[in-house]
Amino acid sequence: MLRLIGKRLVGAIPSVIGVLIVTFLLTRALPGDPAVFFAGPAATQQAIEEVRKSLGLDKSLPEQFVVYLKDLGRGNLGNSIATGQPVLSEIRTRLPASLELTLYGLLVSVLIAVPLGVLAATRPGSWIDHACRVVTTAGVSLPAFFTGLLLVYVLYYLLGWAPAPLGRLDIFYSAPPAVTGLYTIDALIAGDLQTFRAAAAQLLLPVAALAIFTMAPLARMTRAAMLEVLSSDFIRTARASGLPKSKIIYGYAFRNAMLPVITTLGMVFSFLLGANVLVEKVFSWPGIGTFAIEALIASDYAPIQGFVLTMALLYVALNLAIDILYIVIDPRVGFE
Amino acid sequence: MQRRVFLFASSAIVAAGLIAGTAAAQTRQETLLVVVEAGMNNLDIHGVGTSGRSYVAAWNMYDRLVTFGRKTLADGTLSYDYSKIEPELAESYAVAPDGTSVTFKLRRNAKFHDGAPVTAKDVKWSYDRAVSVGGFPTFQMAAGSLTKPEQFVAVDDHTFRVDLPKRDKLSLPDMAVVVPAIYNSELAKKHATEKDPWAMEWMKTNDAGSGAYKLEKWTPGQEITFTRFDDWKSGPLPKMKRVIIRDVPSAGNRRALMERGDADISLDMPQKDASEIFAEKGSGKYVVVGVPVENSLKYIGLITTAKPFDNVKVRQAVAYAVPFEQISKSAIYGRGNMMYGAKSSTPTEPVWPQPFPYNVDLDKAKKLLAEAGYPDGFETTISFDLGEATADEPTAVLLQESLGKIGIKASIEKIPSANFRNALLQKNRPIHIASFGGWLNFPDYYFFWGYHGQNAVFNTMAYQNKSMDALIDASRFETDPAKYKDQVLGFIKMSMEEVPRIPLYQQILDVGMQKNIKGYTYWFHRQLDFRQFEKL
Repeated sequence: MLRLIGKRLVGAIPSVIGVLIVTFLLTRALPGDPAVFFAGPAATQQAIEEVRKSLGLDKSLPEQFVVYLKDLGRGNLGNSIATGQPVLSEIRTRLPASLELTLYGLLVSVLIAVPLGVLAATRPGSWIDHACRVVTTAGVSLPAFFTGLLLVYVLYYLLGWAPAPLGRLDIFYSAPPAVTGLYTIDALIAGDLQTFRAAAAQLLLPVAALAIFTMAPLARMTRAAMLEVLSSDFIRTARASGLPKSKIIYGYAFRNAMLPVITTLGMVFSFLLGANVLVEKVFSWPGIGTFAIEALIASDYAPIQGFVLTMALLYVALNLAIDILYIVIDPRVGFE
Repeated sequence: MQRRVFLFASSAIVAAGLIAGTAAAQTRQETLLVVVEAGMNNLDIHGVGTSGRSYVAAWNMYDRLVTFGRKTLADGTLSYDYSKIEPELAESYAVAPDGTSVTFKLRRNAKFHDGAPVTAKDVKWSYDRAVSVGGFPTFQMAAGSLTKPEQFVAVDDHTFRVDLPKRDKLSLPDMAVVVPAIYNSELAKKHATEKDPWAMEWMKTNDAGSGAYKLEKWTPGQEITFTRFDDWKSGPLPKMKRVIIRDVPSAGNRRALMERGDADISLDMPQKDASEIFAEKGSGKYVVVGVPVENSLKYIGLITTAKPFDNVKVRQAVAYAVPFEQISKSAIYGRGNMMYGAKSSTPTEPVWPQPFPYNVDLDKAKKLLAEAGYPDGFETTISFDLGEATADEPTAVLLQESLGKIGIKASIEKIPSANFRNALLQKNRPIHIASFGGWLNFPDYYFFWGYHGQNAVFNTMAYQNKSMDALIDASRFETDPAKYKDQVLGFIKMSMEEVPRIPLYQQILDVGMQKNIKGYTYWFHRQLDFRQFEKL
């Protein structure tokens, strides 16, 4: 197993280097001149040149790349000009925010979608199968930000049950001491139930919005995979041998159907992490997607590069985790 | 989890919540919660790329030597008064009889937030910094003839003198704008490095001020909290103990927060929201106060250096084809003072902005086009800033449609915000929708940047007119009020005849407020001054 992990990590190095070069070149190829943008509305040509020099953009591209690599070697991702902060500290505070939201969203989604998919597959044509179809269709056709706005309108604006959509914590709470960066978990570690409650309350609506959106692919994939496995030969053999139904379905069929579900889960997760910008906007969530989009609009190079690099590393880790999960679930899978 | 344990745990959570609730209610009364679309990026007004929103930090955390007085507008709203200069950190000031120097006496009891006394040394260091760091602050200082460190003299610990090359009516007002803030020089020097002698890096996120509010905590992209500085001596102690500015990107949510009473003040309101709440006339849950932004205009610029807009008749034809009324109704929902339909083509008051003598008259426009040699029209482009799309996109579409009626086929170019200023700099966008406003409220100041042949960034039309330049230059240092009036009327009249820039409307700064919030004051920098607020 360790050998496999080591091999995988070594194999990821070329792709990370590729990502470095491509993002560096792509950000430079973006239209827009950051020096003009950041020199402010009152800039003269001379002021713009001064800004260009202070940003190091007067150097040639290869020189800029060398400077970038050197900084990177020292763990310095540069400064975001739009927020004025070092990119590393921005990512350190924003990535956990996105992770917390995404993880809870996926957890809720899995808890509902997988049983729903299994039940739909074992009883095709029944009411639960139809319910599954309705849920998946609705989930796919309602964009998450729309569900989010709807939830805010009904549960906060009309009924006043949910807290104000003001980000990760209500204004009168302060963040728990950082351990994992996930407020709910940090609050529990600190034994601070009040803050835990406040953080969980803020999570409620965005998590619901994300869960509704991601339930669809998961439930559909579970249902399809289960149907396929249930019609395969070994299940027929198991049935013929008179094994109990629960043993067949959960012991053999479900375990085999989990592989494609895990793959989908991995894809949905990585997609959500960077792409739920609109949900973040609706709930004023200080996540990493919003950060990257805003940097892109301002042609703010350092954060874009930092974001893509973080995402690339995250994908490598995620793929590794999924591969390991494969082996755990299905011993037949090997990567030798 | 056992049922009993669960019940106990959940009731403990509920009880804890209730206790937190009452504690929160007490501080809530002393706290002002402001919601904005996007927060600040730099606490230092001298920083590179400090955004407009960031001025709120610089304004409240730092004092200046002098500030502006206040007045009440016709509708009862409070506003700053650019004609009155009042002492702030300076106890008093005296202008030399020939106008070439100003001497300030500093307050002896004024302190920085870390307890250090404010001295003339700090003032000198701060002024030197403003004229030395380059970019926006240096440019703004130069507008008031403040350009070199040698001009600033610390006479003794509590006396500071500014020497001027000649009498300049903009010098004193320029010392009351946001830029010449007074920094704690000793504190700053501790954080300066060889590469960064002015401590720009440290000042981005830290507080070195003596203002009425000090920084409590800033989480960029989320919120910033200020607390009152109880030792503040430059004015009466403000009422609000704490001010929180929270980023709420969704306009719908900002409105929901206001209607439910969870936020006290809402900025960055879309014009549609503002006009709806304004129309309720206070019968709704909260109110909107709108003040026209002084010395500023949203306009249509025409590039005067290339065909076809080098011809004044073509420019006039466009001015006669702008659908002003529809723009007012469907693009900005009435939240702007429209600048059309003046009865006479000769201005009588030396004020800026003022309505131009144009109305929609398509026949006249067609005739002018024919006279200019374009009886069948031509093809061109309308450009606008995507960041301003809420108002500018409908404006562009309405203009496109109206121009089509006189034979001008215009396509629309949407330019991302990051690129817009760069596009304007190239001065090759035939028709562009843009805006410009000056902090110092003088018509000659606006024209110097917007029309003068020196061709600043804001002369987006690349307009050149020697006789107008002469009038602008003369009025800049004119001391005789009668002559000044004639000069101003002169260049305004030229701008009306030549129309390189077709004024659309004067924008309105809308601020949404709960009904128990009092004391809102309009400031030239368009941000909140916390000192004047109170909560009933």
